[in-house]
Amino acid sequence: MHTSDITEPKRLLALDPEIAARLSARQAEIHAGAAVSSRTSAGLMMGGAVLATAALASDAFAQGGLPSIVVDVLNFALTLEYLEAEFYVTGVGTSGLIPADMRGPFDQIRKHEVAHVAFLRGVLGGAAVAKPTFDFTGGGGSGNGPFADVFRNAQTFAAVAQAFEDTGVRAYKGQAANLMGHNDVLRAALCIHSVEARHASQVRRMRGQKGWITGSMPGNLPDAAKGTYKGESNRFQFILGQADSNSQAMTEAFDETLSKNQVLQIVTPFIAGGR
Amino acid sequence: MTHMNDGIAVSAASDAQLGDAWGGSSRREFLVLAAKGAAALGLTGALSGCVVAAAGTKKIDFRDDFGVLNFAYALECLESRFYTKVCESPPRDLRAGELQVLQDIRDHEVAHRRFLKRSLQVLRVEVPMSVWPGIDFSSRSSVLGAAKTFEDLGVAAYNGAGSRIRLAEFLTIAGKIVSVEARHAAAIRDLLNPMSRDFAGDDVVDERGLDRAMEPGEVLALAQKYFAEPYRVVGL
Repeated sequence: MHTSDITEPKRLLALDPEIAARLSARQAEIHAGAAVSSRTSAGLMMGGAVLATAALASDAFAQGGLPSIVVDVLNFALTLEYLEAEFYVTGVGTSGLIPADMRGPFDQIRKHEVAHVAFLRGVLGGAAVAKPTFDFTGGGGSGNGPFADVFRNAQTFAAVAQAFEDTGVRAYKGQAANLMGHNDVLRAALCIHSVEARHASQVRRMRGQKGWITGSMPGNLPDAAKGTYKGESNRFQFILGQADSNSQAMTEAFDETLSKNQVLQIVTPFIAGGR
Repeated sequence: MTHMNDGIAVSAASDAQLGDAWGGSSRREFLVLAAKGAAALGLTGALSGCVVAAAGTKKIDFRDDFGVLNFAYALECLESRFYTKVCESPPRDLRAGELQVLQDIRDHEVAHRRFLKRSLQVLRVEVPMSVWPGIDFSSRSSVLGAAKTFEDLGVAAYNGAGSRIRLAEFLTIAGKIVSVEARHAAAIRDLLNPMSRDFAGDDVVDERGLDRAMEPGEVLALAQKYFAEPYRVVGL
């Protein structure tokens, strides 16, 4: 049914020898009695210290001088958070848009997205990108995209919300490996990532969908949002736990990543001048 | 001498166990790796004169990624056993649609457990039997309350353990699992308090919009009462 995006076996075969080699190398290191690498232990100590203070002081990130790869990831995340924050602030602030029973959940999501923007801006300091101008109709600035009634029709609003949340989950997940070695930043990103997943589950359920993604099913979203679910039907996970007899459960049980370019492709229509 | 000593359940890495899906040179690489591990283990056993996996010595060693994966495996076992038991004899006061949610979650947790079991192979630490203190399986509110605890704990556990992972592929896999745990947590919380803010309540998400992250030791201390036998945790 969604066989077009089941391309993982090929990729896995290409990937596996490399991974196996790295595992073997690690194994050899252990056999040789090597201690944890100094870089890793330094990282762990740093992570522990940050955790001990129970606060991620944003100055510590900014003043320490973040490596450019981390700045790039965080600015990418910030752009997505700007998008979500303005979307929910506008939606929650539009009288008559959101039905009474959905106001609590959507306002809670608004609160979190606004907090994410503030948090990431604090971490990035002067390196933070500016907020783009958005077009939530998905019209690239025309104001007349496929979601033209996004702030007049609760169903359209919720549909766009679902697309943003499910995309956000996949976007953060796709960047996690780029933050390895920067434990405090990685931890914070993971803690945003799971909040986005909570949001996604709630929005999906309010729309009458399951909280999780089955295959690449777009969950009753318009065609314009289907890029959000590309590749979600993957049933083949890294190493040995690939195919499982319950294939529906396998696709639901593992959320897939999106690359930065895939995410930008999805959100570009929502940025004025983007298309 | 290696991270594979007492407390590790060893099963022969036979072709059948490895499954058909895993073919080619990478599979041979793994067999070599597994054989090395088994040899090292045998040597350890001979030197110490001890039986492997003696009672009370279930050990999770966090010195490398396999410790983190075994930690995840323990939690996924706990969750999959819980939902399997719930779905075998569901509380009679469940409301419409709730059993389907619980069955879906059961299937996901079983998929996570099986994935980790297959991935760990000879490095897998046997998980102690489960016990369920304080959980009334005939009561909707007790079952959903326990589910909420397990899901929130799972989210915090993966969030806290992520920075310990050194292989990028493992980190990505952990990310693929934790977001599904978070989806579960939100759904269960919404069953308990529908259409409220609880799906991502202020009790789990702080003022910065960050979910909880817990250190593995903290997580195991909380999870311990659901295991019949304590884990020994090293390398933290």
